[in-house]
Amino acid sequence: MKLFARLYTALDETTRTNAKVDALVAYFQSAPPEDAIWAINFLIGRKPRQVVPTRKLREWAAELAGIPAWLFEASYDVVGDLAETISLVLPRGNASNDMPLHIWVEQHLLPLRSKKADTQRKEIDSAWNQMDRVQRFVWNKLITGAFRVGVSHKLVTRALAQFSGIEEPVIAHRLMGNWNPDSTYYHQILSPDTNDADISRPYPFFLAYPLDQDAEMLGNVTEWQAEWKWDGIRAQVIKRENQVFIWSRGEDLITAKFPELQRAAQKLPDGTVIDGEILPWKDDRPLHFAELQRRIGRKNITRKILETAPVVLMAYDLLECDGEDVRNNEMAWRDQRLANITAQISGGRIIHSPKVNTDSWKDLAKLKDGARNRGVEGLMLKRLSSPYGVGRKRGDWWKWKIDPLTVDAVLIYAQRGHGRRSGLYTDYTFAVWDHERLVPFAKAYSGLSNDEIRQVDRFIQRHTIERFGPVRSVKPQLVFEIAFEDIRKSPRHKSGVAVRFPRIARWRTDKKIEDADSLETIRALIHD
Amino acid sequence: MVHASSLLELTEFGFYCRRGDFYIDPWQPVNKAVITHAHADHTIAGCKTYLVSKSGENILKTRLGDEIRVQSIPYGKGIQLNGVQISLHPAGHILGSAQVRVDHQGEVWVVSGDYKIEPDQTCAPFEPLRCHTFITESTFGLPIFRWQSQDEIFDDITCWWKTNRADGKTSILFAYALGKAQRIIAGLDASIGAILTHGAVENINRCYRESGIKLPNTQYVATIEDKKAFEGALVIAPPLADSPAWTKKFHAVSKAFASGWMQIRGNRRRRNVERGFVLSDHSDWKGLTDTIFETGAENVWVTHGYAAEMVRWLNEQGLNAKAIPTRYTGEIEDTDL
Repeated sequence: MKLFARLYTALDETTRTNAKVDALVAYFQSAPPEDAIWAINFLIGRKPRQVVPTRKLREWAAELAGIPAWLFEASYDVVGDLAETISLVLPRGNASNDMPLHIWVEQHLLPLRSKKADTQRKEIDSAWNQMDRVQRFVWNKLITGAFRVGVSHKLVTRALAQFSGIEEPVIAHRLMGNWNPDSTYYHQILSPDTNDADISRPYPFFLAYPLDQDAEMLGNVTEWQAEWKWDGIRAQVIKRENQVFIWSRGEDLITAKFPELQRAAQKLPDGTVIDGEILPWKDDRPLHFAELQRRIGRKNITRKILETAPVVLMAYDLLECDGEDVRNNEMAWRDQRLANITAQISGGRIIHSPKVNTDSWKDLAKLKDGARNRGVEGLMLKRLSSPYGVGRKRGDWWKWKIDPLTVDAVLIYAQRGHGRRSGLYTDYTFAVWDHERLVPFAKAYSGLSNDEIRQVDRFIQRHTIERFGPVRSVKPQLVFEIAFEDIRKSPRHKSGVAVRFPRIARWRTDKKIEDADSLETIRALIHD
Repeated sequence: MVHASSLLELTEFGFYCRRGDFYIDPWQPVNKAVITHAHADHTIAGCKTYLVSKSGENILKTRLGDEIRVQSIPYGKGIQLNGVQISLHPAGHILGSAQVRVDHQGEVWVVSGDYKIEPDQTCAPFEPLRCHTFITESTFGLPIFRWQSQDEIFDDITCWWKTNRADGKTSILFAYALGKAQRIIAGLDASIGAILTHGAVENINRCYRESGIKLPNTQYVATIEDKKAFEGALVIAPPLADSPAWTKKFHAVSKAFASGWMQIRGNRRRRNVERGFVLSDHSDWKGLTDTIFETGAENVWVTHGYAAEMVRWLNEQGLNAKAIPTRYTGEIEDTDL
């Protein structure tokens, strides 16, 4: 496991892409296949579920460290990462060894979940005792189900391609869907033979970049296809050998969550793969995303849910047609085929995403700005001649979002951040005026530069009024412009409103707290 | 907060001894200031007189100017002020750093200033003292701070430098200009390559050498004309120098930062350096708690750092501890002290 821990450190210590790829390639060159496949598995985000409750881990770690529980919690508050806190407080182990990663995972980690608490404790004590600090950290990340490291799917794919000489798209495709992390599959990933069908396997999703330039710069508007940017769950629907598989973008198989879609997709011709968005939909228009969220949260799909939040697939693209991979055909070609296929499916569950046709970028911009009333987030622009790519690429697909709503609000509470922002006060609560009172209105974590974060952190340290556990209330003095995508009434919130994706747009050093917005003006932003 | 009956009390100017009429590390100009060490948060300009350790005199003058009125005394030698005996004892933090021992008719208080227990070639080793009341810092007063031995850290630094050198890169190591930089320079193997310095570091180097501390040869970066000399060299600079304006003169670089805060991964990542070496001139959790017990003090005042946490823990161990708000900052990430 030392080798894997060293890889983790190397990936963690650099922000340079090439250095990360080099570290990965070096790892694949020296790791045995049984280990490498687990490494790939974890690196691309297929982390194991939590095997031991974190409450137990904290308790055990504090005991081994000889510190009271509250001191462990205070330390965790400063470090901002549980796995790391544990690795820092534990006394040095004395049985250093270097068992391979796959042995740790297959013989120790995976069986842990089904064991009794005292056996779990013995196993974990013994594991900690055999590891150095970095190994413990990685191990803790794995057992808490929180394994994450700063490499994208794309980088792992690139490193594997570089290491094996197989093309990147082939590797990317092989890493999708369901597979067992064993050495057999590792050899399959790297195999020059490309006849390795698995009927459930999805294609890598093609992702759009946010448009960060004037739309006019994209050239002639007639070379582009515009569609609404729907707010649902991006999904790939596969029909092969008479079976339907629905994958989310997070590569979860979600077929069972949407029985009505599964039934509709059964009508698709065999050998069809469609990329689209699952939307809660009623009376020819989308319901609010919250309806879908509520539905996903439920364990059982009851008749009632099917009635209150029925879904459709808004079909965007065709990736496989008659069993052939058609991703390299032009967008216009694929869209035409998709239209033919969806036209034959009755029931209205699979809708061909309508095109927004205009003669000029100006008209399109106008439509985009009015999009909020349609319950969409903006427009998608796709070059008519573009293939369906892999991952996020600039150039052919752009998302053109409506400008966010903004409000000026006052910082009133702060808490230390986690992960990259650990140790600094970076999690803020903002308030707006309700007559003479400031009421909490939104929480936001991102949007400030590192410099600003440090300044605000220092302000918080010096202007704390009270502490409530990890939270500090601070003197109302700093005003920030908060941007968000959407606003709704919410009886659960003190302010009576809930906002979607709040973030800090900028620090309004030019404004005093009296200049912050009032609840009244904010309520006026709500539309039905 | 006034502790009228106690030998030392906290005033708006800092710790004050009413009976002896002197301040220790005041943060406002006063008549008589006893100084633990010359880092900026412990040394205010504008006091009428300063009392400092013999080995710390040079540095204090470098920081505050030659014209200040300084009395310096060797470690362990006591002087009397209105019947109060003051003596200075090594704190092991940086050259000249002292704990201040205040004794009135057998009642003994010790102000730690900043201190570390681990040996340091560039200053006298920490001296454990017995006292009734101990005023301690708590910069790294949480059990997550546990230092590795400095030999291991120096090995890591050496290894990093050698690797960069082999790649033709310049190694830039950010460390406090006063104390940390010299400790590192003294611990390096100078036969590997040239050790270059930022101006702030070179100034203090001169001061250390004049005070009799042996340091390998170093060269001020600005005096180098041939940029070829940067290749494979190690540059020591204060953290504030980490700006494109200053680092652009070097071609291919690898950057690292030496600080106790590098113990925490989030700090390391935020700093955006390739390596973080966990090296501090403060005590870790064990250093702090062992020292506190060794003083035999019943009363412990805890200043800058994780005071609330240390106080709660010490009270649970049966001591009489309380947190004292001061303006000291200890080792902070983005400032030069």
